[in-house]
Amino acid sequence: MTPTLTISKLSKRWGEVAALTDVSFTIAAGERVALLGHNGAGKSTMMKIILGLIPASGGEVSICGAAPGSALARQQVAYLPENVAFHPALTGLEHLGHYLRLRGERAALAPALLDRVGLGHAAKRRVGTYSKGMRQRVGLAQALIGHPKLLVLDEPTSGLDPVSRRDFYALLDELAATGASILLSSHALTEVEARTDRIVILSKGRMVATGSLSDLRAKADLPVSIHVSAINGYASDLAAALPQAIRTGSELRLTCRPDEKLPLLARISDLRPKVADIEIVPPSLEDIYSHYSKRDGQ
Amino acid sequence: MTPHRILATASTEFRIALRNRWVAIAVVLMLVFSLVLAAAGSAPTGGVGVDRLSVTVASLTSLAVYLVPLVALLMSFDAIAGEVERGTLSLILAYPVARAEILGGKLLAHLAVLALAVTAGYGAAAIAAFATDANAAQGLSALWRLTWTSILLGATFLGAGYALSALSRRPSGAAGLAVGLWLGLVVLYDLGLLAGVVADDGGAFTLSLFPKLLLVNPADAFRLYNLAASQATAAAAGVGGAATTIPLWHSALSLVLWPVAALGLAIFAFRKVTP
Repeated sequence: MTPTLTISKLSKRWGEVAALTDVSFTIAAGERVALLGHNGAGKSTMMKIILGLIPASGGEVSICGAAPGSALARQQVAYLPENVAFHPALTGLEHLGHYLRLRGERAALAPALLDRVGLGHAAKRRVGTYSKGMRQRVGLAQALIGHPKLLVLDEPTSGLDPVSRRDFYALLDELAATGASILLSSHALTEVEARTDRIVILSKGRMVATGSLSDLRAKADLPVSIHVSAINGYASDLAAALPQAIRTGSELRLTCRPDEKLPLLARISDLRPKVADIEIVPPSLEDIYSHYSKRDGQ
Repeated sequence: MTPHRILATASTEFRIALRNRWVAIAVVLMLVFSLVLAAAGSAPTGGVGVDRLSVTVASLTSLAVYLVPLVALLMSFDAIAGEVERGTLSLILAYPVARAEILGGKLLAHLAVLALAVTAGYGAAAIAAFATDANAAQGLSALWRLTWTSILLGATFLGAGYALSALSRRPSGAAGLAVGLWLGLVVLYDLGLLAGVVADDGGAFTLSLFPKLLLVNPADAFRLYNLAASQATAAAAGVGGAATTIPLWHSALSLVLWPVAALGLAIFAFRKVTP
C-alpha cells in the first residue's frame, strides 16, 4: 500500500537561511504523526510545502501520488493553520457553509459539524465574538469537511483547555480509525500526550529523531531516578548501604542508567525491613524532547 | 473554473459587504450625489431645448467618473491584503479552489454592490427628471448607456484595486496605492492632458496623441463614450470637444477591454502572493 504522504530529501532555503534540510519520512493511511520542534524549527514551513502554499527548494513531496498544491492533492488534504483566523463579521455557521461549498458539499451540513466540535450553541454568533479556543474549534470543524485522506494540523491544541484537548484527541482517534492520516505539530512532547503513533522531531530544519514514544525513550537512554524513603531511624543505614545516593532527610535519591535499574532495585529490596517506600521516576517527556531537540549544539 | 465555487465566494463576500455596511455606504453615497445633481442640474436648462433626463445624465457622467472608481477602489483595496493580514488566506488557498475563482467571486459580489448603488442613484435622479419634465423619456437610452458603462468602469477599478492589494500585501499600503491610482487616473491625468493641449496649441500632440491618450485611460474612455453617444454634450465641460472627433466604437472598445485587462492583471499579481 502506498503511503498517504511521502516526503523525500525535502529542503527549503530562504536566501542564505536553511529552513529545512534533507528531511525524509512517510505517513501511512490511518497513522497519526506528531511533528515536534522549537519555534523556527521548520514545522510550519514543512506544512506549507505539503499544502503547496510555498515551493520547496529541493526534494520531493507526494500526497496520494499527487504533487502538493495540485487540484487532486488539495481535494484530499485538510489544513488547520497555526493561529487560525476567520472574518470577524461572519458567524461560525456561515463560515462552515462557505467552506463546505468550496469542497462541493452542501452548506446544510454545517450545524452537524459545529455540534461535533462542541460549538453548536455559538453557531449563529459572529466569529469576532469568539474566544481563541472557539476559533480553534471552528478551524478543526472545517478540517473535517469531506473526509480528507490527510489532515495537516499546525499546533491544533494551542488555546484549548485540557478537557477540550482530550476531546480533540478523541476526535483524531475516530478519524484515524476511518483511515485518515494525521500530521500535527506541537512545541512540546507533553502536549501530544502520547496520543500519536509516531513522533518526528525537527531541530533547525533537520530531522533529529523519529519513532514511537517508547522508541525515543529507549534510544535517548536517559537516567532513571529512584526515590527511597526510609523507615524512621534507618535513613543512615540506608545511606551507608547505598553510597551513591543523595540524602535529603529520611529520603534518598538515586539515579542510574536504564539497564542498571533492575540490579539496583534488587539491592534496595534486599534492604526491605528498613525501606518504607520506593518510587521510580522515568525521564519525563520534556527530558526526552530536550535531549533530542538540543543535541545540535544548543 | 467551476461556477459553484465562484458563487460560494461571491455570496460570502456579498454578506461581508452587507455586514461591513459597504452596501449601505455605496447606495447612500450614489443616492445623495445623484439627487443633488438632479436638483442642481435642473436650473440652467431652461432654454436649451433638451429633455431634463438627458441633461441629468450629462451631469451624472461627470459625477460617475469620480465616484464610481472611488467606491470600487475602496471596496477592493482590502480584498487580498486584508486576507493576508488577518491570516485567512493560507486556509482558503489550501482548499481546492483556484486563485482566479477566488478573485472572480469577489469581483461578482463587489460588482453587485456597485450595480445596486449605481441603479439606486441613477434611478432616483431619473425619477426626479420624470417628475418635472414630460419629455424625459427621450433621455432613457442615455441613462441605460450610463448605467452599464458605469458598471464596466467599476469592474476596471475593482480589478485594479485587487491588483494593488495583491502587490502591496498590506492593507495600509494598498490603501495608499489605491488613492494614488484614483488621483492619477481620474484627476491628474486630465490636468496633464489639458496642460499638454494648451502648450501644444493645436500641434501634433493635440491631433494625434491626445485622442489616443484619452482612450488609454478607462475613466476618460467612459466620459468620451457617454458624452459622444449622448446628444446633450453641448454644455458638457472637459473632454466634450474631443468626443466628437473619436469614433464611438473606439471608446466602447476601451470600456470593454479594460475590465478584462484589470482582472487579468489582478490574477497575475495574486498568483505571486505567498501566504
